[in-house]
Amino acid sequence: MTLAHRIIPCLDTDGSRVVKGVNFAGLRDAGDPVALAARYNAEGADELVLLDIAASRDRRPTFLDTIRSVAAELSIPLTAGGGIRSLEDARSVILAGADKVTVNTAAVAHPELISELSREFGAQAVVLAIDAKFLHDHWDVMVRGGRESANREALAWAQQGVALGAGEILLTSVDRDGTQLGFDVPLTAAISRAVSVPVIASGGAKLPEHFAHIFSEGAADAALAASIFHDNVQSIRELKKFLAAKKIEVRLPC
Amino acid sequence: MNVTLIDYGAGNVTSVERALQRLGAATQRSNSPECIAKAEALLLPGVGHYAALIRALDERALRAPLLDAIRRGVPFLGVCLGLQALYESSEESPELSGLRLLPGSVRSLPATVKLPHMGWNQLKLTRASRLLEDISPDAYFYFAHSFAATGGNGEAVALCSYGADFAAVIENQNIFAVQFHPEKSGDAGAQLLQNFLRLAA
Repeated sequence: MTLAHRIIPCLDTDGSRVVKGVNFAGLRDAGDPVALAARYNAEGADELVLLDIAASRDRRPTFLDTIRSVAAELSIPLTAGGGIRSLEDARSVILAGADKVTVNTAAVAHPELISELSREFGAQAVVLAIDAKFLHDHWDVMVRGGRESANREALAWAQQGVALGAGEILLTSVDRDGTQLGFDVPLTAAISRAVSVPVIASGGAKLPEHFAHIFSEGAADAALAASIFHDNVQSIRELKKFLAAKKIEVRLPC
Repeated sequence: MNVTLIDYGAGNVTSVERALQRLGAATQRSNSPECIAKAEALLLPGVGHYAALIRALDERALRAPLLDAIRRGVPFLGVCLGLQALYESSEESPELSGLRLLPGSVRSLPATVKLPHMGWNQLKLTRASRLLEDISPDAYFYFAHSFAATGGNGEAVALCSYGADFAAVIENQNIFAVQFHPEKSGDAGAQLLQNFLRLAA
């Protein structure tokens, strides 16, 4: 009896449509987050992440509608984020049906936001998203969708975020994101061993071996991927069978 | 039969409501003492801070009608904090008094493991369970908590182990409670809720 390693598909949306790498056979509307969510729920995903990558103010109501429709399809936890700047932003996302919220850029600008959210919703509902990029001799925190340096050391920021009340870290390697070369093992291992909360590894996944590696060598508690699931490069069911055969604890779908 | 969901502002009321409705159950949300006093079956959801739940129960004067209903034998299911609330107190807010239906207190899980205990874990059955009927003993359930009933639990029909053994499923006559989130636990969670509906009918 061990806590299972989680496999988490991520839906990047522009508010209402999945915008990255969607080429899903058998779906009438491949960019529909609700249809994808239902499929992943049935395939044995352990959780779902829904991100509003546009995160523009006027699209907010649309994103909240998307959360509501996606949540209605799920019997697994839902994390939502993108553009959450305040307690009220987070509350609307949670009331729409998300179990957890992610904060990123706004938390770097105002770290006390993490504490506010944690006090209000509990640490288990607050996911600190960190986009990290290797720079000379350390990992640097990037903000605004990985485009701008925050001039902060990722390891120290992760520890500070946890001290402020984050209950989980969603760690994306900017270096690996989109490359399909595998997760960033040294980055994930360094952060995972430096904090007392679960770490979700993200960025670079393609092969089942990448997942095995990030769980064993990278000390990740969960692994997230987007396009390889959307594009049917990797089925969640087959991935979990592969991991189970490698003696990695996963929750096998029936 | 109608299940009354005690709605004190917890984040997971909607998902619990949806999960029950998917099973065809009639539900109503309530935060009024009158409705709770008349309930046919009660469900106390909860996620977040222990103090938020206990304070809300007292501010809305729900403690007395809730205890009264449970003592009259109204079927009750506590989820997550709804399980923790049954004990005398919690280390998360030692100054507050729990519902005191079960002896002992809720404590922090040890710092030797990553907290919160977040994700899918399995159970160790300690005796026959009506709530876990037709559910594989290997089934996984979704947990998201840092505090738990780690004391010797006579009422627990299943334990979970994460840093320490703690009560994962409680059954004591009409009192049922689970530390995990059945509303987020896929098919196994749905079966557990179905079992509660059957037991409550």
